Amino acid sequence: MSDYNFAYLDEQTKRMIRRAILKALAIPGYQVPFASREMPMPYGWGTGGVQVSAACLTPGDTLKVIDQGADDTTNAVSIRKFFEKTAQVATTEETARASLIQTRHRIPEEPLTEDQILVYQVPIPEPLRFLEPSEVETRKMHALEEYGLMHVKLYEDISQHGAIATAYAYPVKVEGRYVMDPSPIPKFDNPKLSMAAIQLFGAGREQRIYALPPYTRVVSLDFEDHPFEASKADHDCDLCGADDSYLDEVITDDAGGRMFVCSDTDYCRARRAAGHIGAQGAPYEEATA
Amino acid sequence: MQTEALTGGFTTAPTQAAEAFRAVMRAMARPGTVERITGARPPLPLSPAAGAVILTLCDPETPLHLAGAADTPAVRDWITFHTGAPLVARASASFALGSWQALLPLTDYPIGSAQYPDRSTTLIVEMPQITQTGARLAGPGIETAAALSLPESAAFQRNAALYPLGLDFLFTAGDHLAALPRSTRVEAQ
Repeated sequence: MSDYNFAYLDEQTKRMIRRAILKALAIPGYQVPFASREMPMPYGWGTGGVQVSAACLTPGDTLKVIDQGADDTTNAVSIRKFFEKTAQVATTEETARASLIQTRHRIPEEPLTEDQILVYQVPIPEPLRFLEPSEVETRKMHALEEYGLMHVKLYEDISQHGAIATAYAYPVKVEGRYVMDPSPIPKFDNPKLSMAAIQLFGAGREQRIYALPPYTRVVSLDFEDHPFEASKADHDCDLCGADDSYLDEVITDDAGGRMFVCSDTDYCRARRAAGHIGAQGAPYEEATA
Repeated sequence: MQTEALTGGFTTAPTQAAEAFRAVMRAMARPGTVERITGARPPLPLSPAAGAVILTLCDPETPLHLAGAADTPAVRDWITFHTGAPLVARASASFALGSWQALLPLTDYPIGSAQYPDRSTTLIVEMPQITQTGARLAGPGIETAAALSLPESAAFQRNAALYPLGLDFLFTAGDHLAALPRSTRVEAQ
């Protein structure tokens, strides 16, 4: 018996969040306002994602939490422990074994299935916010489907840099209606947004929830002569040799030494366990992992 | 108040409501699928599924409209005791509950505004049964094709034409649940 209600939040708060999630699923890409609660962690550490996860978790779930693809960073570890303590759910680092995955700024490399739920932590849910600071105005722009400003921004990228320089939080259009911020995932992940799993987005400080039902049409904004391109570092993973995963660049010394490694730690671990070795990798040993 | 109003709620609300919500969410995210939802024993004529939906989603913040045969003293007492939801007329309802015929006409319910399309009614439609046959569905949540035994097609086509405004529907029969959000396009049967 824990001293907390199941999954920390009180039942009335969970009902309020659940109603917002259902409306968000009914209007994909539209940001539903909700009465975000104070959580026992600071804004910016995933309070929105944690509230959505708390409203969705069932006792039979297996939870995975990733931060920039990694299961073992402070943010991921503390949120995983939070739900181990308050909801007594099983946790895992393996993507395939998880039924609910809370993520900060990545989509796992391994394709998700219909039985999985992906919860994003979102800092700024409004894709137009840096172009138009007024909430009254951006709300009107969404209502009128007035997204010209976003195209101007992408065009200015091209005129300044020769290409669309936006590399993360790359805006998408959902079912031909709402322009949505996919949270600061690298644009490498954008093509995965049309997937089999339910995707829920929670922004705690900004008090917004939005969602993508499975197989929703999600199109990254672009121009005919500058089509969208999912980019990654032009390299293979130095640990597991993967040429299809998103890579982090790690500085290894002060003499220019560096290596590129998979940002998705579980994907990299599984590949090394299966015997793949990258340019700087050592054979995988279970005991030392 | 009859004492049966006091029984039939969730026995362990936090986990039963979580399981029930998972069923509702899966149904809403995948129109055309039929989920099982249990835990509630509401007074007749409410189905156990409709009772579980009410217990999971309704509270003092959600005005509820009871339509037709669903509006009995026993049902009113049960909902008031277990959820505290105010029972109201159609025009101010967040949720409405009843048979399809009793819920008509749909134009009575709020469909949201251009700036807040989420401020619309969710209709809980009591059905004799739900099967994955009949009207063909397309839209978000459906990979290739889905079908659902809807009471009719035209009303849902008109509702989908209002997108992003419109009503959202939950269908309940026995302990089965299906959903039809406004984003789903319904083809004629």
